[in-house]
Amino acid sequence: MDFAGYDPAGGRQSPGIVSAKIVVAGGFGVGKTTLVGSISEITPLTTEAVMTAAGVGIDDPSKVPGKETTTVAMDFGRITMAQDLILYLFGTPGQTRFWFMWDEIIRGAVGAAVLVDTRRITDAFAPLDYFENRNLPYVVALNRFDGAPQYELEEVREALAISPQVPLVMTDARHRESVKQVLVTVVEHAMLRLQAEHGRGSPTPVG
Amino acid sequence: MDQRRADPRGELVRPYAVTRGRTEPRQDIALEAVLTASPTQVAESRFAGHDKHRIATVCEGRAQSLAEIAAYTRMPLGVARVLVADMVAESLLTLHTAAPAEGFEERMELLGRVLSGLRRL
Repeated sequence: MDFAGYDPAGGRQSPGIVSAKIVVAGGFGVGKTTLVGSISEITPLTTEAVMTAAGVGIDDPSKVPGKETTTVAMDFGRITMAQDLILYLFGTPGQTRFWFMWDEIIRGAVGAAVLVDTRRITDAFAPLDYFENRNLPYVVALNRFDGAPQYELEEVREALAISPQVPLVMTDARHRESVKQVLVTVVEHAMLRLQAEHGRGSPTPVG
Repeated sequence: MDQRRADPRGELVRPYAVTRGRTEPRQDIALEAVLTASPTQVAESRFAGHDKHRIATVCEGRAQSLAEIAAYTRMPLGVARVLVADMVAESLLTLHTAAPAEGFEERMELLGRVLSGLRRL
């Protein structure tokens, strides 16, 4: 479906500047920051959240011997679309021990793209599992690495047990046009989901 | 204002001096929520301490998200969130709306704008 001419009746005047966010998820080293950097108008920034050892049970204390605190870093980028509209792209921390940070990152997001590296396809199970259990529209993007095995999209869908409703696309995280297409797919999918929910009369706010 | 919520993640203590030990912001501010500071607000922030003045300066003339403020000032996110919430309450920063979470029309309108923004890139 094409939403290019979508113009809801009423044209509500929204005051001030509105920001939206798309989440880029995936395992460690899958190319999340590369993807964000390919399209962001700023060099991806890093923000850090400091967690104390009181966060145990989630964190693995053996990874930070003798340390009281640990730092979770997330990278993000920005696209200023209009004077009053900014899109942010947030990468999730790669390590699965930081799942709790993902909850904060996805809160209020438009949708997510889960990046998959075909050389380490099993790394995708945990992130995919996470999104299957959240009410956030997401798409899966296979990041094409040089020299990586080339699979058909449907082979990958089957291997990762991705539901037929979830869009699956090929991408090259280094290329702006390719990344742009992934983000367009995320937003289109979010619109379809929202319309479907609206049609069923059961709006389900995210977060 | 300092009410503690039960946090399912366990007790997260962020003992930062700049927030005078407070770990809970007055108001929850989303990572992507944007803030601006007018020249007047920047000038007034001089009297609110070094850290708040730095934050106001970052937001002068260009809307910045909470995440950007934390990154540019090199403050941990939790600290930046407490200070930014204070500054909004003190009218030293203007908080703009994050994406609407409710209302079909409003959400569709925003998605439509994001989509055409992406296509124009």
